Amino acid sequence: MFPTPIEKTSRLTQVFYKVALPLALILWLLPLIAVALTSIRSAGDINSGNYWGWPTSFNLVENYTAIFRNTPIGQYMLNSFKVTIPTVIGAVALSCMTGFALAVYRFRLNLLVFFMFVAGNFVPFQILMVPVRDLTLQLNLYNSWQGLALFHIAFQTGFCTLFMRNFIKALPVELIEAARVEGVSEIKIFWYVVLPLMRPAIAALSVLIFTFIWNDYFWATVLTQGAESQPITAGLYSLNGQWVSAWHLVSAGSIVAAVPPVAMFFLMQKHFIAGLTLGAVK
Amino acid sequence: MQDFWKQNQQKIAPWLFLAPGIIMFLLYVIYPIIGSFQISFYDWDGLGQKEWVGVNNYIELMDDEAFYTSLKNNVIWLVLYMLAIPAGLFVALFLNQTVFGIRLYKSLFFFPFVISQVVVGLVFSWFYDPSNGLMNIALEAIGFDAIPVLADERYVTYGIIAAGLWPQTAYCMILYLTGLNAIDPEQIEAARLDNAKGWRMLWYVILPQLRPATFIAMVVTVIGALRSFDLISIMTDGGPWGSSRVLAFYMYEQAFSEYGFRMGYGAAIAVVLFLIMMVYITFFLYKMYRDERGQ
Repeated sequence: MFPTPIEKTSRLTQVFYKVALPLALILWLLPLIAVALTSIRSAGDINSGNYWGWPTSFNLVENYTAIFRNTPIGQYMLNSFKVTIPTVIGAVALSCMTGFALAVYRFRLNLLVFFMFVAGNFVPFQILMVPVRDLTLQLNLYNSWQGLALFHIAFQTGFCTLFMRNFIKALPVELIEAARVEGVSEIKIFWYVVLPLMRPAIAALSVLIFTFIWNDYFWATVLTQGAESQPITAGLYSLNGQWVSAWHLVSAGSIVAAVPPVAMFFLMQKHFIAGLTLGAVK
Repeated sequence: MQDFWKQNQQKIAPWLFLAPGIIMFLLYVIYPIIGSFQISFYDWDGLGQKEWVGVNNYIELMDDEAFYTSLKNNVIWLVLYMLAIPAGLFVALFLNQTVFGIRLYKSLFFFPFVISQVVVGLVFSWFYDPSNGLMNIALEAIGFDAIPVLADERYVTYGIIAAGLWPQTAYCMILYLTGLNAIDPEQIEAARLDNAKGWRMLWYVILPQLRPATFIAMVVTVIGALRSFDLISIMTDGGPWGSSRVLAFYMYEQAFSEYGFRMGYGAAIAVVLFLIMMVYITFFLYKMYRDERGQ
């Protein structure tokens, strides 16, 4: 193991490490800790500039109910779920099929199709912006969760295909060949042989895509307007404009917006990291 | 019909499986790329008639000071964002231990990557706040003057990049932690017997084995740097006086500007950004192609 395991070092180093670890963590998360602490302060503290001293009162419940009562943050959150969940289902479903096709069959255009998905996944969003907005307007889906979700499904299929294809490539080919010899049709091979083995990949992609889409801000501003359809990221931006210097409310809003992806990460940590570090080890 | 399917299903099946994915991808990714190239030769407000102007949009770009500011900032982003890679490696080495609770530490260090860049942007605007922000309180405590980072043309881009480096370092850290986990312990033991230690060990034994992780870290960091939009939009809206714009942001601003939509001009900026990105994409695809052939 590298660096040298701490147990094998001198007493002094061990003590130093054990002190440094929590200190480093606090320093690393300091901006976030500051926000969490601010979100429970009172308006009085904020106005009198008491940001860092002991709060005059703890307004946890008041602040968090205030943002839900006085702003459309509940609606924003709901909109985010309405975009995110269909996107996860759609992109994972499409890429199970494309990944299967590209991993299992040999045909002339195989690598070309694969590279199209991979390259498309890396393009800057701005090169898509004007035509995608136009297309969404023409489909009458501007300002709707469907319009956002359809675009996200299509775009995420690129990354998901890369992931699924490499995952299926690593499965034993013999399984598929044995099934073919038995005369099982290709569609049944996909459904009964390969799909059950893809569960870890499906889990990994689902959490990753959930986080990516939940945190999307650019497309939310391009394809939606107004509280009835905007997701939480775009919503926070508008709220930030309205709440000038009401930092306790901005902070509470930020924390609320961060809860779903953070919860997803902690619940599915293993899968999340497996998905994110694809290709980091040979 | 049945016989035809039976005989040819291995040829037809891949296309059946690919069809929905390809159709969606062509419609929402490939066709819009071509569309943007086309629009970049027109003058268009997004609603009315498109007017053909040839390469005029590109000629205008070459005289546009804001374009050069954005381009320069893109280069700064690209260069400084790379710091996330050594920083991520450093944090990963720091955390690659087996002491009690280390798993929780690793997750908490990864935290900044999980939350939205909108939240990161708000958190850092707050951190930089000239009167009550933590950074300036700390600066004043040690006897310096407060720096209004986001309102000063000289510092604003660096301030935003620092905010971006926070989640990006977390991402690189997790890549390296995974890489470190997979290193062959026997090689390390062998190197230790040869008296390799510290930096020499890191440079000659560890880093070569971390190459796949470094490669992925570079790819995601370059893409992240060129995609920078969210933080700029949240923290400064391109200001002060447009000094923190990058191409991605400038394009958006032009296409949806409050003085009327300039879709053609915006598309021309997007094309430039796309061509820069294409250099990296080609490099990545070339490497993938080599790996595929090598199998």
